[in-house]
Amino acid sequence: MVSFRVRPTQPADAPEPVGDPVVIPISVEEDLRTARHAVRAAAQRLRLRLVDQTKLVTAASELARNCYIHAGGGEMSIEEVLREPDGARGIRLTFEDEGPGIPDPEQALVDGFTTGGGLGHGLGGARRLVDQFQLTTTVTPPSGTVIVAVRWVR
Amino acid sequence: MSDTEIPILRIGRLLLAGLPNELDDKSTATFGEELAERLVAESARGVLLDISKLEIMDSYAARMLTEIAATARLLGARVVVAGMQPAVAITLVELGLDLPGVDTAMNAEHALQILTAPPGRGGEGAGHGVLPG
Repeated sequence: MVSFRVRPTQPADAPEPVGDPVVIPISVEEDLRTARHAVRAAAQRLRLRLVDQTKLVTAASELARNCYIHAGGGEMSIEEVLREPDGARGIRLTFEDEGPGIPDPEQALVDGFTTGGGLGHGLGGARRLVDQFQLTTTVTPPSGTVIVAVRWVR
Repeated sequence: MSDTEIPILRIGRLLLAGLPNELDDKSTATFGEELAERLVAESARGVLLDISKLEIMDSYAARMLTEIAATARLLGARVVVAGMQPAVAITLVELGLDLPGVDTAMNAEHALQILTAPPGRGGEGAGHGVLPG
């Protein structure tokens, strides 16, 4: 079994969740809209600054779309999290699917930067929009992908 | 679903449309097709796309907008996208995206100035003089 784990952008001591996750299935196109709205609501609840809300919702849109298009659907969960030791609050998005996995995740993360408008998987872009990003994917055998993205309240 | 239709207005040889707060794939694709048809049917020379209500632009939306503009250009029309929200602009840059071939303006009024500049003036690419008189 070959597994790729992409190094997170921050040391990823898993932050403590607060309350229960909101789980949104991603199986039809309409779910992309539902997912964006749910992330927007969570971001507003935590009073993220408008630009940070926009970044998080946009990242969610990219990741949900990837899940839908490339993995045949999956699930997004939204959790409020608490960071130690400073007690900062944040939103953690987890995208899980049971698709074919991403064969070259490092390359996929670079693709998002190609000029010419939105080539590639959008993964690289999504990663830049959040504070913490972690990707785990398995292609042999194809066992799906888990992406975790966190945005802290500034 | 008629409530997701994006109305396209005409003033002189200019077409105007205001995009909603979020774009869904079907409505945007339909809008792009209708815009192309109207451009030809009404011999329009310019398009003013107001995106001041648009709150989220992901890479897919950016691509759709770029394609709509490219199609319009092929049909001989100039497209100006007006009123991008600052948070959207910041996010696009962070995403590493651009809107290649798309002229932008701060607001609809500025876009109108660009589109109605007399030929030979007004920045790169002459204005097409899209309003009568």
